[in-house]
Amino acid sequence: MKAIFKHELSSWFTGMTAYVFAGFILLFGGIYTMAYNLNAMVSDFQYVVSSMSFVFLIIIPILSMRVLAEEKRQKTTQLLYSLPISMTQVVLGKFFAQLVVLALPVAVLSLYPLILSAFGNVHFPAAYGSLLGFWLLGAALLAMGLFVSSLTESQPVAAGVCFVVMLLNYFLADLADFVPGTAAASFGAFSLLALILGGIFWLMTRSGFGGAAVFVALEGILTVLFILKSSLFEGAFGALMEKLSLYEQFERFVNGVLDIRSIVYFISVIGVFLFLSVQSMERGRWSE
Amino acid sequence: MIEVKHLTKRYGDHTAVSDLSFTMERGRIYGFLGPNGAGKSTTMNILTGCLSATSGEVTIDGHDIFEDARAAKKLIGYLPEIPPLYPDRTPREYLNFVAECKDVPGNQRAEQIRRVMEQTAVTEVADRLIRNLSKGYRQRLGIAQALLGDPEIVILDEPTVGLDPRQIMEIRELIKGLGRDHTVILSSHILSEVQAVCERVLIISGGKLVACEETADLERHFAGKAALELTVEAGKADVGPVLDALEGVESFSVEENGNYVNLKLETDREPDDMCRDLFWAFSDAGKPILRLTTTRASLEEIFLELTREEKEENAQ
Repeated sequence: MKAIFKHELSSWFTGMTAYVFAGFILLFGGIYTMAYNLNAMVSDFQYVVSSMSFVFLIIIPILSMRVLAEEKRQKTTQLLYSLPISMTQVVLGKFFAQLVVLALPVAVLSLYPLILSAFGNVHFPAAYGSLLGFWLLGAALLAMGLFVSSLTESQPVAAGVCFVVMLLNYFLADLADFVPGTAAASFGAFSLLALILGGIFWLMTRSGFGGAAVFVALEGILTVLFILKSSLFEGAFGALMEKLSLYEQFERFVNGVLDIRSIVYFISVIGVFLFLSVQSMERGRWSE
Repeated sequence: MIEVKHLTKRYGDHTAVSDLSFTMERGRIYGFLGPNGAGKSTTMNILTGCLSATSGEVTIDGHDIFEDARAAKKLIGYLPEIPPLYPDRTPREYLNFVAECKDVPGNQRAEQIRRVMEQTAVTEVADRLIRNLSKGYRQRLGIAQALLGDPEIVILDEPTVGLDPRQIMEIRELIKGLGRDHTVILSSHILSEVQAVCERVLIISGGKLVACEETADLERHFAGKAALELTVEAGKADVGPVLDALEGVESFSVEENGNYVNLKLETDREPDDMCRDLFWAFSDAGKPILRLTTTRASLEEIFLELTREEKEENAQ
């Protein structure tokens, strides 16, 4: 894993990507610091962090599109498969390298509250809590991007899909408000979700039967629940969307709440997507 | 060393490899021979753990390649069909990365990298970007990568593709050298290459093993009877009595051509012994032999014959 990590990290820094990435974060960090802290003379740094969190929409696809897609395109996956290392080590090594690339600009940002404190009262716990949230949010989004990258061998496709996923994530909580709250509408939405999950299962395993089985099983459970207790579904989908929104969790950090549940939530999301990436890479062994 | 039992690989309805079984011993050079698309690369990918099998078993020195992958892979160095290189790296960086993945201890790494670069003659481009290297260098860098970590088994998928004749000679020498203390498996669709380098040949056609023999045996075995062609200064009638007196002549045909006869005969004896007897027999009869050649089925013909049979079987 150390070998992959070092290799990956050095390829970030031999190319432009890591610098562009850091530059982007620092550019927007700087703009919002100017606007809020210097011009408007607000001493709270967490609002800067909150406002700039949208940069992830653009930079996460850039940072993660290459990671596994490029290995596939270059056929270097063959090397990884034949070396005495596991796919878990490969995925973890690459992910940790990304975390470091993300941590560098965040480390620079973390100097800002210190500098600002010379000129006013900065609430440090909130400022640093929000930076931690920012880093965790970025890590979770990177794990998603890594998974998207493992699905294709084309970087543009990986970047495009990743961007759509980021966009959905960003607006998930806002969209939740527009979802009709009736039980029937929720039921429909959940059914659609079951269909999508079945489709993903089919894509991952190439087993049409398996995909159909997943869909039928989920749909069966939903139907039974709906018939027995339809009140369960009232507003349920909107609530779920809000619960699933990574940005919603991030906002808790910004509001000055350091909740262990949010941290666990981010770590779980990272775990799930890294696990899926490993599975997706292992699947390459079956079909290449 | 390497044991393959009932290996089968299917892609949907297409069977790429079907029920392949063989064993390979330590310290020998094996050649996988077969037309394009015969399942050579698929087999090699499975042997190295790059591809999973539909059914069957592969063990490397007692380690199952699927169950005990790490231990098995440590024994193998693999050059896939397309050398797996990172274009934005230099050969030195690349080899360093591979050495680290193969757990080569840090204090031996530089020395080992220097050695494999020398063996494969890539030292002079060690610090250039791989993206700028020629096909020949890339191929050799791929081989260098396979040799890192001193694996006992070196598996090379078409190692001489894209090299110029001189480099081909060098790589063949390198492979022969490796064969002294490594097990080497290489695949090729070029027969002369396998003939020149390998001690044992496995011919694959349509995903099946059609022959697995010593290179020399294969020729002898499939050649069956050696054929001799002679031109003798004699009449057609003179030849019969001379040949009748010889043992080991299975059949012959005579064709008159002016003062000479062209003679073709088949024998089951060693061709050299037969030639000697023929020489003395015609000499005693006062009929000089003007030309005498031995023909034996070459690997080329055997290969064509074996792969043709396979196709016919499939057609049925």
